[in-house]
Amino acid sequence: MLHEKLYDYLLHLGDNSMILGQRLGELCGHGPELETDIALTNISLDLFGQVRNYFQAAAQIKGGDATEDSVAMLRYEHEYKNTYLVEQPNEDFAHVIVRQFFFDVYHQLILNELMNSKNETLVAIAKKSIKEVDYHVDFSSTWVKRLGDGTEESHEKAQTAVSTLWRYSMELFKATETESWAAESRVGPDLDQLKSVYLERVSSILKEATLSLPEETVFQYGAKTGRHSENMGYILAEFQYMQRAYPNMKW
Amino acid sequence: MLGVSTKIEELLTSVSDPEIPVLSIMDMGIVRKVELVDNVYRIDITPTYSGCPAMDTIGDDIVSAFEKEDLKAKINLVLAPAWTTGWITERGRKALEDYGIAAPRTAEVDKAALLGEANTIKCTNCGSLNTKMVSRFGSTACKALFQCVDCHEPFDYFKCLK
Repeated sequence: MLHEKLYDYLLHLGDNSMILGQRLGELCGHGPELETDIALTNISLDLFGQVRNYFQAAAQIKGGDATEDSVAMLRYEHEYKNTYLVEQPNEDFAHVIVRQFFFDVYHQLILNELMNSKNETLVAIAKKSIKEVDYHVDFSSTWVKRLGDGTEESHEKAQTAVSTLWRYSMELFKATETESWAAESRVGPDLDQLKSVYLERVSSILKEATLSLPEETVFQYGAKTGRHSENMGYILAEFQYMQRAYPNMKW
Repeated sequence: MLGVSTKIEELLTSVSDPEIPVLSIMDMGIVRKVELVDNVYRIDITPTYSGCPAMDTIGDDIVSAFEKEDLKAKINLVLAPAWTTGWITERGRKALEDYGIAAPRTAEVDKAALLGEANTIKCTNCGSLNTKMVSRFGSTACKALFQCVDCHEPFDYFKCLK
């Protein structure tokens, strides 16, 4: 029972990073300029590296034939635990940056807490990952300010992205059964408690960027429990293609 | 450092980082422990960055370097304690600079440099401190891209990871 919960919790942590990493990977060779292209794919690489750590641990729990690859690629859509936010399409550069920013601030908070987890593997992964994620936060915050407080056009696009994506932000903090279990057994953080710090940090950067959160928002929940948006099927079709077409293939 | 024989240390020193070939994995500080158990050398290595794609190659390279000497090595990847640029040896820092990659500075200097607050990263071509950051992310996850304002040489800076 405990192992099943821990396995599930590892998927919660890994899936967000993996699906966002995949979205960023789509930009490889398509970034607005070379340096940004490299930056976004570097972030993707960091995220995938972290995911490998979570899924190696998950595969060990699952036992049998399970590997990090099977955990990552051989699940059905409803079995993925990522949020709506990370499955949102790239649209334009403003969307990419704002989506990243909303996630990075959350990600940094979570990792900070995981460094005090009762689970040693999670502590090790978090201590490793936080160094990378601090840098991500720095990158996306700087770009949010640059776009928001930039030209009229960049401001408008950034504001549109904020207004569109904000509705997916609170799902990050709505605990599923597994996340509540993690909080109770002190394996993971109490998400509800992190919400106010999150709001503070996001608001303060947005203020500097001369951007504002929409006044009324109907937040969207459900992806974490498997009710994904239409986007998810397309992401998985590309992501899983090789493993589905050539089962057990290796590099 | 690892309490191993000169021969084993030489063997490990002969393996280099595939992305920065001038840097031995020993100077990189990623070999954390060597233990001889039942005639097999168990070697703990730790990644620089989580997503470092070179780790598998480095592991394979160590095993084959040992095989050439009829020795058996088994690689174990460890995450904790997390790698820091402070583990790069003096010799490693020099090798980086000679290769054209500015060696990591201390955390405070690094932050100021990456935020564009101070000119503290020295050009690896002409030695000028009049340099600017072009991108926080360079050719690999562990580097940022800089350019010298005086001689215009673009160069990598190995980011400080404390």
